[in-house]
Amino acid sequence: MKKNKAKASPGTFRKVMSRVRSHWPLLLISILCAAANVFLTLAIPVVNGNAIDYLIGEGRVDLTAVLETLTTVLVCAGLAAAAQWLMNICNNRMTFEIVQEMRNDAMRKIESLPLSYLDSHPHGDIVSRVITDVDQFADGLLMGFTQLFSGILTILGTLGVMFSVNWQTALLVVAITPLSLFVASFIAKHTFDMFKLQSETRGEQTAFMEEMIGNREVIKAFSFEKKALEQFDEINERVKNYSLRATFFSSLTNPGTRFVNNLVYAAVALTGALSALRGRLSVGQLTAFLSYANQYTKPFNEISGVITEFQNALACAERIFELIEAEPQTPEPKDAFVLKGTHGSVEADNVWFSYTPDQKLIEDFSINVKPGQRVAIVGPTGCGKTTIINLLMRFYDVKAGSIKVDGHDIRTVTRQSLRSNYGMVLQETWLKNATIRENLCMGKPDASEEEMIAAAKAAHAHSFIRRLPQGYDTIITESGSGLSQGQKQLLCIARVMLCLPPMLILDEATSSIDTRTEILIQNAFAQMMEGRTSFIVAHRLSTIQSADIILVMREGHITEQGNHEQLLAKNGFYAEIYNAQFSE
Amino acid sequence: MKKIFSFLKQYRKEAILGPLFKLLEASFELLVPLVVADIIDVGIANGNRNIIIRDALIMAALGLIGMLFSITAQYFSAKAAVGLAATVRHELFNHIQNLSYSRSQTIGTATLLTRITNDVNQVQTGLNLALRLLLRSPFIVFGAMIMAFTVNVRAALIFVITIPLLAVVIFGIMKITTPLYRKVQSKLDRLLGLTRQNLTGVRVIRAFNNEAKELSDFESGNEALTQMQQHVGRISALMNPLTYVIVNGATAGLIYYGALRVNIGELTQGQVVAMVNYMSQILVELIKFANLIVTISKAIASADRIQDILEIETGMEMIPPEKTSDDRCLEFDHVHLTYPDAGAEALTDIHFSVGHGQSLGIIGGTGSGKSSVVNLIPRFFDATSGTVRIDGQDVRSYKPEALRKKIGLVPQKATLFKGTIRSNLLMADPEADETTMWEALRIAQAEDFVRGKEGGLDAEVAQEGRNFSGGQRQRLTIARALTRKPEILVLDDSASALDYMTDANLRRSIRQADSNMTVIIVSQRTASVRFADQIIVLDDGKICGLGNHDELMENCPVYREIYDSQFRKETAGKEEFREKE
Repeated sequence: MKKNKAKASPGTFRKVMSRVRSHWPLLLISILCAAANVFLTLAIPVVNGNAIDYLIGEGRVDLTAVLETLTTVLVCAGLAAAAQWLMNICNNRMTFEIVQEMRNDAMRKIESLPLSYLDSHPHGDIVSRVITDVDQFADGLLMGFTQLFSGILTILGTLGVMFSVNWQTALLVVAITPLSLFVASFIAKHTFDMFKLQSETRGEQTAFMEEMIGNREVIKAFSFEKKALEQFDEINERVKNYSLRATFFSSLTNPGTRFVNNLVYAAVALTGALSALRGRLSVGQLTAFLSYANQYTKPFNEISGVITEFQNALACAERIFELIEAEPQTPEPKDAFVLKGTHGSVEADNVWFSYTPDQKLIEDFSINVKPGQRVAIVGPTGCGKTTIINLLMRFYDVKAGSIKVDGHDIRTVTRQSLRSNYGMVLQETWLKNATIRENLCMGKPDASEEEMIAAAKAAHAHSFIRRLPQGYDTIITESGSGLSQGQKQLLCIARVMLCLPPMLILDEATSSIDTRTEILIQNAFAQMMEGRTSFIVAHRLSTIQSADIILVMREGHITEQGNHEQLLAKNGFYAEIYNAQFSE
Repeated sequence: MKKIFSFLKQYRKEAILGPLFKLLEASFELLVPLVVADIIDVGIANGNRNIIIRDALIMAALGLIGMLFSITAQYFSAKAAVGLAATVRHELFNHIQNLSYSRSQTIGTATLLTRITNDVNQVQTGLNLALRLLLRSPFIVFGAMIMAFTVNVRAALIFVITIPLLAVVIFGIMKITTPLYRKVQSKLDRLLGLTRQNLTGVRVIRAFNNEAKELSDFESGNEALTQMQQHVGRISALMNPLTYVIVNGATAGLIYYGALRVNIGELTQGQVVAMVNYMSQILVELIKFANLIVTISKAIASADRIQDILEIETGMEMIPPEKTSDDRCLEFDHVHLTYPDAGAEALTDIHFSVGHGQSLGIIGGTGSGKSSVVNLIPRFFDATSGTVRIDGQDVRSYKPEALRKKIGLVPQKATLFKGTIRSNLLMADPEADETTMWEALRIAQAEDFVRGKEGGLDAEVAQEGRNFSGGQRQRLTIARALTRKPEILVLDDSASALDYMTDANLRRSIRQADSNMTVIIVSQRTASVRFADQIIVLDDGKICGLGNHDELMENCPVYREIYDSQFRKETAGKEEFREKE
């Protein structure tokens, strides 16, 4: 684990710094302000010390001089405050801009990740990276900016002044310093691992909660609440333990370094007072010295605090960078062809495909679909029909062989143009959290009101949309706004109706729609399919029968291929399924 | 806040000991300026080396004791904060699970998730800091003031003016920023929603080439969040500079007043230095305090949001049981249902009953209210008026668990949970044995593919069952419902992803299974309900036909229409098929 950390951390740190670097003007202003602030803050104790030196005793105080000196103090304090405010603002801006960029990068990456990545990573974990981890990272970064520069500058400045006033005492201070640093780095080293464990377990917990809360109706139906709570508590207990360790270890830094500070303070008081005895130091200078000893060591406190916070931030950053740097889908070749005016011929040549190397699925599959033909994909439930869709839409790439549209290998075509040539209605109805209008216009954002309504009418969605309180402006929420599964499906169909691409993919599209509506829709579909190449994962007999090519699938493999008559004649698996349909 | 504080009770010891040790540490810190004054006024003034050395050693000793106390304090604070966070997460999760389905539906999964993750984390950080510093800072501030009084009462009056001034600045800024942090959080919630949506809808988004649009939506949400964060940041950034100016002004005043008093022999130089030191301790503490306030106000905002969720009543009122003589298995007694925030009734005057071991088919068009009827049975929603009875007893008089134990629900959306096939089946009945599970799988037509899986019952199920196809998931959810050997099996359009062959086999094997099980089948296909003892035809939330297949064919036009549309298709196919034969 140690090794792991040693490798990961500096890389992450470098990446964070390169993001910081792109904001150099703000960084520069921030550093300048920090310098001004530190300079003035350091000057104030000296000036105060001077004033105190005037307070020699009864009747011997030069009040005018005291007043003059104190005016200087006030001016310095005012300027120091202004500089600090400006610095804070710069740091704020820098941090939040960096964080904004990281979130945008993360989202951009999500949009370009291969489906295989998204299918295999729990969504809750990805969400937790984009939201929680980034948030924690921002906290750490902001604290770093605010306290790191001024901390370092304060240390350097204080040392300078102390050496110029009394080098012996200054030397003593420097001699004790490494102790403070040692304590801080010792603790920091041990907390990083804890923070990482804490982050990981939190991610696991988020994924669990997403599953349980997202599907609470099932949980309820089976009274699984108690069991779920037990499982939750098990993870919760681990989060608690890691959290306790991370929090406690990181909070050791402060007492540890403060102890060292107090030693420094005592040492300064001792040597300073002894010097004063010998007349080498005035009382005012001693006061200044002591307040320096405080100021000098305080940044160590802060810096060590920053370091622990930063460890946490880096642990989070690492998780974010993992996502941002995940291997994106194969990039498109520079001269990728833009499919336009597609006729819709689809050809698969000796295609091999599997999700995992050890489980072969599609083996040496070839098909030649002419423009306007209908391909029905049939087979028992769970035979892997969705795999075909994954390949056609290029959600997944073939392992060997090729798929061609209009003679172009789809890997040489832009994904955008490939997908815009397909209209897809999936079995699981997904609508985004937006108005019905926005949902319908997903495929054609510039559609006119008339076009949209025409599409909704064609999908028989217009009448129920119109009856909704806000009509087309009804916002579809996560829970669906009281729309039934079937209504959602009608919206998904209307969505495709609006853009009408030359090729269609229909995945059990009509499964949640009642037969009466279905007939109407099938008429519309028939119209839509006219002259369009279509791939239909269907169970309806009429659709299957009228298909030009039927692909029969079983356990992920394509077992038979041909039209209805040919397949029946073959008296194989297709015939078996066909016969079973009417055996009530 | 209140409720969350009450959870702290079980960590009372830690929550008291943490601040206590912190205060002890602070007390030692307050002694330091007095020791310094002693060095100046006694050691240096009298040229006494021994006193200087002794005082320096005292300071080192104070430092050591301070550290030990402080470490103890950190431990107790961390334990209390982390423990409270774990308790709150537990309570929240439990509460969310106990919320009635209709209540949690209106809140939304995304919001619930942020509450239980981000907000609880904020509370943890806030409490940890609060236990360590919230008492310590004011203690040092007032302690320094009191110590100043012991030095010189009139000079100490400067402290009396300064401290309220500082309080005004700190609490003023806090008051302005707290509601703003709330806004920041709600913007963050929106971003979380967008992120989730992009993951769940990735196929559709890509199919419609909407990646850029989604990205720009996200970016504009992100931009709004950033703007808000910066706005709050600018205001809270005022805190440190303002307090700094005030404290330095006060120090200058102190030195000037000191100068006047020293001049008339009322104060010594060492005493003025001690006062100045107390003033600078106040500054150090205030800077910490200001940072603390930011964290705590975020934590309070989070705690309030958590409280809001915890205060939502579960919405599951119980009524006393009142057994009616009629013990039909399931009975709807003039039931009406209006969903929260909906204008019109979803169900109007639904009235029917089913006997034990009978089967009921529910058929109707999209949006006709089939799912609403189903939702009323396990009490996902409560009827607006009328009564739903199971075994002659109002569903509202059952303990939810007892009620749901009777029901095996197969929801429209086939959902599996991360774990194994076994763990998913055991959800329905933790006691079920191997034979029961295989029997359930057999009836659900899932036996073959489960046997084919490596590990069989112990084959892994990914989150949401993503490693199974839609149809496999559906059959597994049916098997899950059967595993509990329910009195009532409810199939809510659960065969939609099954092909005809599997669907037919499934129905046959359910019919042949346990004869005491009441079966309710909701479907679009007449074939699925055709052999039910009783069929309800729903249209626009009303029952427009009730009877068996033959009766309905006779007198329910809507049913006949549905049947004809399917039957025609099927006969067409059949005839063609016969021809070929």
